[in-house]
Amino acid sequence: MSQYRVLPGPEHFLPPAAASMGVYLPNPGEAHINGVIAPEEKAYEEAARQFLMAKVPTIFPGPLVLWAWNEKAAKKATAIRHLYNTLKECVQPGQKPMLIPMPDYRPKYPKINPEVEINPNHPNLTIWHNKIDCCMFVGVHCHQANLSLKIIRGGTSCYTIAMCAQAGHEDAMLSFRDASVEKIMKLADWVKKLKGTVQPRLATAKNGASS
Amino acid sequence: MSKERIKISEDLYDIMPSDYQDLVKSATYGKEDRGWKDIGNSKELIEQHSLCAGCPESMAFRYILASLPNPEDTVMVGSTGCTSLVFPMVAVHNIHSLFGNQNAIASGLKRALSVRFPDRVKDVVVLAGDGATVDIGLDMTLQAWFRQEKFTTICFDNELYANTGGQESGLMQKGFVAKMAPVGKLFDKVRLPEIARESGCHYVVNCTVSKPSLVEKVIRNAVHIAREIGPTYLQLYTPCILEIGKNSMEGLQEMRDSEKPTERFAYKEYISEPAKQLLAEMAAKDKERKAAAKQLAGQA
Repeated sequence: MSQYRVLPGPEHFLPPAAASMGVYLPNPGEAHINGVIAPEEKAYEEAARQFLMAKVPTIFPGPLVLWAWNEKAAKKATAIRHLYNTLKECVQPGQKPMLIPMPDYRPKYPKINPEVEINPNHPNLTIWHNKIDCCMFVGVHCHQANLSLKIIRGGTSCYTIAMCAQAGHEDAMLSFRDASVEKIMKLADWVKKLKGTVQPRLATAKNGASS
Repeated sequence: MSKERIKISEDLYDIMPSDYQDLVKSATYGKEDRGWKDIGNSKELIEQHSLCAGCPESMAFRYILASLPNPEDTVMVGSTGCTSLVFPMVAVHNIHSLFGNQNAIASGLKRALSVRFPDRVKDVVVLAGDGATVDIGLDMTLQAWFRQEKFTTICFDNELYANTGGQESGLMQKGFVAKMAPVGKLFDKVRLPEIARESGCHYVVNCTVSKPSLVEKVIRNAVHIAREIGPTYLQLYTPCILEIGKNSMEGLQEMRDSEKPTERFAYKEYISEPAKQLLAEMAAKDKERKAAAKQLAGQA
């Protein structure tokens, strides 16, 4: 088993792809936490804990859920909104949950405002400017998610979660696989369940905006 | 993505940046008689571009995007050059190919789309500069035409390699001295429109983009003929004002000067016999449609 652990950075300018360091993807019913395969149930708890600990827990929905290109996508969007609303209900004063879209993968210059939308080519700008210390990718195509996750790990200390509809992401610190409406709702349930039991790192830790 | 899929998930609508909301609300996807007159009345399919101020290429882009008959089911293939700076701002599917490969990419793409979507019209439009079309990619350009691939090739002819500082291109006029071509061009401008005709293109036009209504007409003709019959080629003069020593306001006049009857961009058009027949049928249908609409309006 690989000794490499996928941890919050900043790792260095070009962090290695976790797969090249021996980290492999979970099987159905499993997830991975820091590059180690774990039961999915444990991942829900850890993801909810990370969200509730964060100063600025943020969800980044991608084109696969932002656009209602089929019924399932629209339902996932509803579930994501529910998770965001749950986060807002469950955090303590001083914490600021955010929902920032990744509508496009194109390097749109000079149009893009990195604080209101996130682009896979420069995700670190959105992380830095909004001081995001925990984020979840959902509905982002795999190759773009991998790119973003590596850049974030390379340049920031943000904790990354991938709610992946395919086989998961080694380059996230925590990754689910086979994402569905039910799984997103279950994560929201876990956030509710842990409400009030997790100490947010408001005063102590540096946030994800380290540059 | 077909038109009915261009809608934002209701629960995430409020977080989408306004340019996407505007595209859904007021762009002209699916509008049968879309054209350059929609510019200013509806959301254009091009956002802010990163070309130089006053660049005629930006005008050409706006007119072409306003004129595509089927933008929601069109894929544009671009290549290296100033055009590749614009494609990130364009709300039509597009692929950036390696320098010169654009017609090869488009050939495969068009065939794949025909297999994947046999019941849906999918247009492919190549848009590249003169370096990609005539110099580096001439092989791919010609081979696509020889094979009668059913897509449109548009060449933005600025008569040199503009965004690398002004090197000589095959479409540069004889004797022209550019910043990176100090000796002056020694041979004539390659006559690609004639070559296109001889290579099997069914519709060939050589013109400038000074008149939006003309651009609209040739784009619609070229796309429809390519869809039904075979390859089409448009060579549009989009002068690089920086490299020919003009100011931002002088691009339009430069095009007007270059399209006079004795000049190199005087309007030239070639239409094959099958294409002529198709255009006649389309015109007849259009007339019928307009008459029916008028009658309906009269009854109302």
